[in-house]
Amino acid sequence: MKFTLSWLKEHLDTQATVDQVVEAMTMAGLEVEHVENPAAKLAAFSVAKIVEAVQHPNADRLRVCQVDTKDGRKEIVCGAPNARPGLTTIYAPLGAYVPGSGITLEARPVRGVVSNGMLCSASELETAEESDGIMELPESLVVGTSAAEALGLEAVIDFEVTPNRPDWLGVAGIARDLAAAGLGKLKDLSVAPAKGAFPCPVSIRLDNPEACPVFAGRLIRGVKNGPSPAWLQQKLVSVGLRPINTLVDITNLISYDRARPLHVYDRAKLVGDVIVARLGVGRDASAPSHADEATPAEHHDEQLIALDGKTYDLTSEMCVIADAAGERPVGLGGVMGGESTGCSEDTTDVFVESAWFDPIRTAQTGRTTGITSDAQYRFARGVDPGFVVDGLELATKLILELCGGEASDVVVAGEAPAAPGPIAFDRTYVRQLTGLTLTDGRIDQILQDLGFAVDGGQVTPPTWRRDVEGRADLVEEVARIEGYGALPIEPLPEMPRPAGGVLSVRQGRMRTARRAMAAMGYAETISWSFLPRSAARLFGGGDDALMIANPISADLDCMRPSVLPNLVEAAGRNARKGFADVALFEIGPIYRGDQPADQSAVVAGLIAPHAPRRWDGGGDDPLFALKADLMALLEELGAPALQTAQGSSSAWWHPGRSARLQLGPKTVIAEFGELHPQVLKALDVAGPILAFELNVDALPEGKRKAVKTKAALSLSPHMPLTRDFAFVVEEAVAAGDLIKAVAGADKALIAQARVFDVYRGPGLGEGVKSLAVEILVQPQDHTLGEAEIEQLSAKVVAAAAKAVGAKLRS
Amino acid sequence: MEAAELDRRLAAESVDLSLPAPPRRRGSVHPTMQVMDEMVSIFAEMGFSVAEGPDIETDFNNFTALNFPPKHPAREMHDTFFMAPDEAGERKVLRTHTSPVQVRVMRQINEKVPAWVATGQEPPIRVVVPGRTYRCDSDATHTPMFHQMEGLVIDKAVHMGHLKWTLETFISRFFETEGVVSRFRPHHFPFTEPSAEMDVQCDRSGGDIKIGQGTDWLEVVGCGMVHPNVLRNCGLDPEVWQGFAFGFGVDRLGMLKYGMPDLRDMFAGDARWLGHYGFSPFAMPNPATGLS
Repeated sequence: MKFTLSWLKEHLDTQATVDQVVEAMTMAGLEVEHVENPAAKLAAFSVAKIVEAVQHPNADRLRVCQVDTKDGRKEIVCGAPNARPGLTTIYAPLGAYVPGSGITLEARPVRGVVSNGMLCSASELETAEESDGIMELPESLVVGTSAAEALGLEAVIDFEVTPNRPDWLGVAGIARDLAAAGLGKLKDLSVAPAKGAFPCPVSIRLDNPEACPVFAGRLIRGVKNGPSPAWLQQKLVSVGLRPINTLVDITNLISYDRARPLHVYDRAKLVGDVIVARLGVGRDASAPSHADEATPAEHHDEQLIALDGKTYDLTSEMCVIADAAGERPVGLGGVMGGESTGCSEDTTDVFVESAWFDPIRTAQTGRTTGITSDAQYRFARGVDPGFVVDGLELATKLILELCGGEASDVVVAGEAPAAPGPIAFDRTYVRQLTGLTLTDGRIDQILQDLGFAVDGGQVTPPTWRRDVEGRADLVEEVARIEGYGALPIEPLPEMPRPAGGVLSVRQGRMRTARRAMAAMGYAETISWSFLPRSAARLFGGGDDALMIANPISADLDCMRPSVLPNLVEAAGRNARKGFADVALFEIGPIYRGDQPADQSAVVAGLIAPHAPRRWDGGGDDPLFALKADLMALLEELGAPALQTAQGSSSAWWHPGRSARLQLGPKTVIAEFGELHPQVLKALDVAGPILAFELNVDALPEGKRKAVKTKAALSLSPHMPLTRDFAFVVEEAVAAGDLIKAVAGADKALIAQARVFDVYRGPGLGEGVKSLAVEILVQPQDHTLGEAEIEQLSAKVVAAAAKAVGAKLRS
Repeated sequence: MEAAELDRRLAAESVDLSLPAPPRRRGSVHPTMQVMDEMVSIFAEMGFSVAEGPDIETDFNNFTALNFPPKHPAREMHDTFFMAPDEAGERKVLRTHTSPVQVRVMRQINEKVPAWVATGQEPPIRVVVPGRTYRCDSDATHTPMFHQMEGLVIDKAVHMGHLKWTLETFISRFFETEGVVSRFRPHHFPFTEPSAEMDVQCDRSGGDIKIGQGTDWLEVVGCGMVHPNVLRNCGLDPEVWQGFAFGFGVDRLGMLKYGMPDLRDMFAGDARWLGHYGFSPFAMPNPATGLS
C-alpha cells in the first residue's frame, strides 16, 4: 500500500520528514518497501519564464525562445505550440536526464540553432501519462523554484502490512501508531453523523449472518456524479489508484484512508426494494464432484458479471449480494460489485453499502475467483467491525459535499461481531517477557495511545485490533511502541553441555561423511528432494503416498526414493556443458513412505569415469577406485565388518558389476557398482556411471564410551612373515569368500589375507581361474618354526578347499 | 671407479620431473553445508544441541500447533506443498519451515518415531534445528526447496533481551567481521509474540552486498518469544515456561557471507560452481582458525 506525507498529516499533527516517518514506521513494525521520491528524480528541473518566442528560421513548427531560468537567460528551441512569451513553465538544463523521454540533454544544434536546455511537458516529467504542449504554470511562481515544489510533488511511501494488522491498510491507522510512537499528535478521527432527510426506501435482509453479519446502508438522492475534483483525483493518483467518478472515488478514498471498503449502487438499476446478502447458488469448486450424482439443478449455477467486466461462477462458499427479492446477484460481498448496478455519471440516486464480511470466506472467494481488489484484500484480513456506520457516515459527508443531494436515514441489518473482551494484564509481565523496565504509567499510556481501554488490571483492545487476544499481545504493543532498540542485551545463562557433544551419532556421521567424501575428491551437491515420478520408478519409488498434490512443476512431483537419479542427472547436465569428468556426492534424505520412519539419510557418491589420459598409461580401475572410497568412508563412519553380496542388488544396477554391503541378509548398508545401462538411457545420460548409496540410518549406532581412553596397545616383539598360495577355483567363486576362508583358518596367527593376482588362461583349463593369495602371519609369543609354518599352510589349504573347493595350483 | 659407475647409473635413472603427477580430483563441501557446520559450531558454544525432524510433516505440527488455525490466511502465505491425501483424507505437507521440530521437541507424546527424530524434552530446552524446507515458489530469489535453521530456548526467565544477545552474538561471530551493526524491529509471526526481525547493516551501493559497512539494512532472521498458544499446544504451561525461537535462512546467509549471487545456482550441481564456491574438507569451523 502507498501513501504520501501530506495525506498522513491530515491525521497526524507532525513536523516529521519523510525519512523520519519511514524510520518510525519500520521501528513500529510496518515494513517500508521503498520510497519513491519524484523530487529526487526532478532535482535538476526548475521554474522558468519565456521572455520571447520567435519562429525558427529553418523549421515551421519550432520556435526559438529566450527564457529566464535559474541559470540566467537561455536560448532554447521548443516545438510546443503553446510556447509563447510570458508563459511560466519548467526548464531542464543541459546535462539533465529527462525521465519521460529517457534522454540526457546535450548542446546540439536543432536545425542550425543550438538549444541551451529544454522546456518540458507533463509527460516528459512523468507527472501525467499524456500531455499537450509544455507545462503551463501559475505566473506567481518564481523563476528557479524547484519543479517538485512548483508541481506539489510528494514522496510516496510504499509499504507492506503483516496480516495481523488490517487497521494499517488505512492512513488513519498508521497515523495512530506513529502518534503513539511519539512522531506527532493524532488528530480527531471521529465522524459526525448526517441526519436523514427521509426514510430509506431500500431495506436489507441478511440470509446468512455467518457470511455477512452486519450491513448498513442509506440512499442519497439527487446527487450529481461526474469526474471528481482535482484534489481527490490527485490524491488517488498519488497512491496509484485510477480516478473513475466522484462516487466511486469517494469509496476508494475511504478504503485507503480508513481501511473501510464501501460499495455504491445506482438505485435506478436496482430491481426491487430489498437488498439481500446470502450465499451463492452453485457447487463449491473445492468440493469433490460426483458426476454421476449431478442433477440438472446443479448445472444451473449462478453467475455474476463483475465491475471488471468478467463473468464469475458463484458457489455456495461465496457471499452474494442480490436484488430482485434476492434472485439476481448484483455483487460478490466484500470482493467486487456487479456491472449491472454500478454507478455512472448518470447516477442521480445512490445506495451506499457499508457491511462486514467474514474474513475467511472473503479470502477464499478471492482465491476461487482470482479477484484481488482493495476491498477483498481488506475484508480478508478483517475490517474494523466498530466502524461500519461511521464509514457510511463519512461517505455520506463526502458525497453531500462533492455531489450534493440529500441523505435518507441509515438502515442497519444484523449486528457487528462482538468486540474483543477485556484481558487481565499484570504490568510486570512486560518485564518478564521482554526485560524492559517501564513504569505502569508508561505502559498504560502506550496502550491508551493505541486505542486500548485500560481499567486497572483489565485492558480491552479496540474494535480494530481483533488480533490482540492475550497478555503476550499486549506486551508486544508496549515493546513495539517503546522501541525494540530499548530492549536490554542479556547473555544466556550458562547451561551444562551434553557430555558427548551436541550432535547425535547420526548427525556426527553425516558431518564426517561430508568431510571424508570431499577429501576423497568428490564435490558435494544439494539437489531437490523431489523428482519426476518416472525417475522415481526407475529407482524403486513412485508410490501414490509419495506424490505431491501441487508440485512446482510436473517433473518434480514425487519424493525421491534415492539420491542417485538426481546425481546422475547432475552428471548428465555437466557432461552436456562439456564437463563429463565429475565426481559428485550428496548427503540427504530419501523417502520410502510418508511416515517419519520412512525417511532416512543416505550418502550417495557418483563417478562419471572420464579421467584425463595419462602419460604413464597408469590409472586404477574406476570401479575399484569407487569401492576403495566407499570402504574408506565406511571405516570413517565406524561401520562394522560387512558382507559383500553380489547378484542380489536392486534393479537399477548393472547385474554383473554391482554388489551389496550388508550386515546379514536383511540389513543392507550400501549398494555400489555401475548403474544399469537401461536406467541411464531412460535418464538420457551417457554411461558408464559408477555410484554408491550408503544408508546412514542402517548403520548400528555403536555404543558411546563412558571414557575416552583407548584400549591398551599390545605390540608383538616378533617379526611378521608372509606366505603366498596360488589357488585354482571355479570361475563362479567369489574372491571374497576365498579370502574369508583363508583369513579364518587361524585367526590367532593370520593378521591379513589378500589377493594379489588373478589369472585365467593356458595351463588352467576352461571355467576356472587362479587366485594368488598372500597371508601376513603375525606370531604373538614366539618365533614360528618351520613345522609350525607348514602346519599353518596346511590349515589354510584345507580351509580354502572346504569353503570354496579351492585346489593349490600345481 | 666406483664413484664413476654410480654417477653413470644415477644419470641413467634420471626422469623428467616436470611431467605431471597422477591427477587427483579436488573435492569440496557445499557452501550451504559449510554454513550449517559454522552455525552449529557457534550455537554449540552457547549450549544448543542439534535436533531434527522429518520433511514430510503433519498439518498439526507444521501449522495448527504453531498457532496457524485451520483456514487462517497466514497459512496462505506459506505456499505449502501438499502430499496426496491418505485414506483418512489427511493431507501431509512438506514442511514449510523447520518450526514443526519445535513442536516435536516440546510435546510429550506417545508416538513411535525413529531415534533420529526429536521427541519431547523436559525444559529447560536449548536446541537448533537445521534442515530442508519447502515452499511452492520459484523465481530469482526463491527455490522450491531451501534450508533453514531454527532455534528454540525454553526456560523460566528467558526474555527478549536474551534473544537479542543470542542473535547479535551469533551474527558477529558468524560474519567474522568487526563492527557488524544490527537492529531489531517488530514483525508478525503466528507462533511468536512479541515477534521481531533482525536486520544487519550493509552496503548495497556497489551491486553486491557488503556486511559491516554502509547504511542499508538487510533482514537476516525472524524471531520472537514463543507464543503462549504454542506452549499450550505442546503441553507446557505458559504461566511457568517461556522462551524464544528464531529461524535463519541458511542458503541466504551463506550467499551474504560468501557472495554467491544467485540462489538457484546453489541447487544446480554445476561442477565448476561447486569447485569455485565449495569449501575444502579441511575448512572445519573451529575457534583456532575461524569458521572457514
